[in-house]
Amino acid sequence: MTTETMEPGISTLTVGSRTLSSRLIVGTGKYADFNVMRQALDASGAHAITVAVRRERLYNDQGESLLDHIDLDRYTILPNTAGCFEADDAIRVARLGRELLEQLGNPGASWVKLEVLADKKTLLPDPVGTLEACRELVADGFEVLCYTSDDPVMASRLKAAGATSVMPAGSPIGSGQGLLNRNNIAIILETLKDGDPDYPVIVDAGVGCASDVTIAMETGADGVLLNTGIAHAKDPVMMAHAMRHACSSGRQSCLSGRIPRKLYATASSPWEGTISYIPGE
Amino acid sequence: MNVVINGQHSAVPDGITVATLLELNDLAERACAVEINRTLVPKRDHDSRVIEDGDAIELVTLVGGG
Repeated sequence: MTTETMEPGISTLTVGSRTLSSRLIVGTGKYADFNVMRQALDASGAHAITVAVRRERLYNDQGESLLDHIDLDRYTILPNTAGCFEADDAIRVARLGRELLEQLGNPGASWVKLEVLADKKTLLPDPVGTLEACRELVADGFEVLCYTSDDPVMASRLKAAGATSVMPAGSPIGSGQGLLNRNNIAIILETLKDGDPDYPVIVDAGVGCASDVTIAMETGADGVLLNTGIAHAKDPVMMAHAMRHACSSGRQSCLSGRIPRKLYATASSPWEGTISYIPGE
Repeated sequence: MNVVINGQHSAVPDGITVATLLELNDLAERACAVEINRTLVPKRDHDSRVIEDGDAIELVTLVGGG
């Protein structure tokens, strides 16, 4: 057990049938090389990591495989449906991902990070396709961790459709803009957790730096999922450390309860006994 | 016979199974999921599922992603 996990407020995160030791979920894409990726994953403290499903490169030099660089006994693998623009394709990819993780004996086999995207430029989710695929995959026995926009109505629809976790975007994928509409994230949290406080809401996408993670966690998110913010940092390994601390800090800050915002100052030192002139007195 | 593997036209021996196709592509020992005509073929069926002329086959694995 690390010192981190013994700190107050730092608890596990249960998502469906899996309990994670970290509230930070990180991706495995966009790294300069597998060695940096492996170090960054380690530094992030993540228990769950995301992967994509793609064609084998039969006609090219196969090079190194991601699977040669991931400790399958350490990480729960969360396969995504990234690159799918139709519900049917996302369902196919989800089933292929499950098949791969069953072959590998990884517990992530029951999970899918569902993405049904609208277009390549914005990578915004297609709400209709997402809802359709979510229903189908839930019926097929998947635990669906569902990427969506920060629209509270859509988030409620996805939960009602059986999503194991709703994962609203802070801002567009890979944009590094952080949480553009913190109010919407707060409304999603309040709505989805009403009468169901343990329902996991994970902010997914848009994280640019550590403070974005902290803000998401301070808002009350159960976890944060990110990839580019670490992988494309100048020093991905150091940024992974920062993201880990930011996640813990935000969680603790949320649980400990912030002070109310006030328009005017409140002195931290007592007025009583001061020897100086005080204006207005 | 002619099939399409991962979007490319390819000639494979008549009557081969999925398991044999994976062996021919050096994929038998690796994690590889197979889909034929948009339907998953689970590993338990690889030995028995015979590939037919014109099949559209997808052979996929896991790669880095977010």
